[in-house]
Amino acid sequence: MHLIRGLQDKLARISMLALALFAGLLVFLMAFGLFLRSRPILDSIPLMELLLSSSWHPLKGEFGLFPFLTGTVWVTGVSIVIAVPFSLLCAMYLAEYAPVSIREWVKPLVDLLAGIPSVVYGICGVLIIIPLIKDHLAPLFGSFSTGYSVLAGGVVLAVMVFPIIIHVCLEVFASVPYEVREASLALGATRWQTTKKVVLRKAMPGILAAFVLGLSRAFGETMAVLMVAGNVARVPRSLLDPAYPLPALIANNYGEMMSVPLYDSALLLASLLLLVVVLFFNVLSRLVLIRIERGIQ
Amino acid sequence: MKLRTVEEKLFQLLMIAATILIVTSLVVILVTVLVKGLPALRLSMITQIPKGGFYLGKEGGILNAILGSFYLAGGATILAILISLPIVIYFNVYASKGSVFVNLCRFSLDVLWGVPSIVFGAFGFTIMLFFGLRASLLGGIIAVALLILPVMSRAMDEVVKMVPRDLLNASYSLGATRLETSVKVVVRQALPGILTAVLIAFGRGIGDAASVIFTAGFTDAIPTSLMRPAATLPLAIFFQLGTPFPEVQERAYASALVLTIMILVISIVSRILTRSFTKHVIK
Repeated sequence: MHLIRGLQDKLARISMLALALFAGLLVFLMAFGLFLRSRPILDSIPLMELLLSSSWHPLKGEFGLFPFLTGTVWVTGVSIVIAVPFSLLCAMYLAEYAPVSIREWVKPLVDLLAGIPSVVYGICGVLIIIPLIKDHLAPLFGSFSTGYSVLAGGVVLAVMVFPIIIHVCLEVFASVPYEVREASLALGATRWQTTKKVVLRKAMPGILAAFVLGLSRAFGETMAVLMVAGNVARVPRSLLDPAYPLPALIANNYGEMMSVPLYDSALLLASLLLLVVVLFFNVLSRLVLIRIERGIQ
Repeated sequence: MKLRTVEEKLFQLLMIAATILIVTSLVVILVTVLVKGLPALRLSMITQIPKGGFYLGKEGGILNAILGSFYLAGGATILAILISLPIVIYFNVYASKGSVFVNLCRFSLDVLWGVPSIVFGAFGFTIMLFFGLRASLLGGIIAVALLILPVMSRAMDEVVKMVPRDLLNASYSLGATRLETSVKVVVRQALPGILTAVLIAFGRGIGDAASVIFTAGFTDAIPTSLMRPAATLPLAIFFQLGTPFPEVQERAYASALVLTIMILVISIVSRILTRSFTKHVIK
């Protein structure tokens, strides 16, 4: 009996360790799997040409990813420019100003915003943002737009990124010791001066990490962008031009990719690129956040 | 003196405005889905499969997507529990405290959390190519299980971490092995938190479209086996919104409403779970 229990324990230990190992290595496994599948295209076309060429004609064997890369950068850039000020202001309000009752009400709502599926964001983008840009914003600047544009993608992404930035910022603000604020207030600083010169300065690395996490989320977000960005394989020149971000390209062409040579390889290379960029951003910001967390303990 | 009071007031106003804007965007989303979805949500909508093809046929409903989503997210959640529960127990019961390996695993899971779902879809697709699978329920379950693995295991980890060390020591001193302690003490003590983690992961899984677009495909039929393709609510929204027929678009709006209600219910239930169960947990 004793022997069996001991054996069970040993077996459980080994299988649990194996699973933990699997989870720990999953990132590398993903990168490796995608790399293997994108080898065929990397062998036949140099990487630099793939990244910098603008000609996307899969049937002719031309796979220039440049329009999609710039599309992603445009859309992500717009979303971050919109999301950063609003979410920082909101986080500052919730952490430093709001009475507890308001904070306890708003926080779950922000979490709920994070839980809404991206296709639902997409629907709302199509129903609200697109007509707004088409009928009101574009005529205002004397230009024509179908509404499906960089701006629409950026706005929808910004709303999706709000909860992530706010959530991380709130944790970072909470890690700033209360005594620091009291010291500043005791010196006669106003609340805003304390927030601006003491709390913000102390929390800066964490806030930047929050922005980068938001950025990487926007970078890889697929469905909502696919529904509102227009998907024209050209380098966008203005906010009202359509864009075709990388994730949208991958999701949109799954149907035909197996019937054209190298097409599947090109799309999996695009996924690998996404993975590498997002990993870089995530590792960077997580390291900063871990440092902050250690600082409290 | 005057200037800094003005600045104080100005920024306070800006902060409140930003907060209102963010809350409003949530309200706008919910209202839009409700206004568009409610007129489309008839009984036939949730009890029938689409007739004459989901893209063109004007009759029928979204039962295929509702059931498909449940099968897929349910299967993925079970698979993810089978992987993450042992991992979390290993982290907190078996491994020595401050183990470098465990910290690296946690870090890796955190990073994995940020990986876009389309990449999980693409990776799931490479696995399917490797095993010679076609777009199927099984493929979708694997991709979504991997997608929700980091969410689930990190959320479980946070609650299992909170189980008091003394409780474990008490169990050991009675002669229980670590496995027995894990199953009979740790899991039971952390059960409400574990259930919340499972719910959150289920919600993430049922709402995700990008990871299933390659792997599960889309179909009018209700899947009868793991090897058949399966329809999902998010993809039902995506595909059916793109048609020129208002009757078909109605199905997209109805799907959006059903999906949003599910997410709302999951979020509320997990909140209640956290609140009411933590009362009885030994602290």
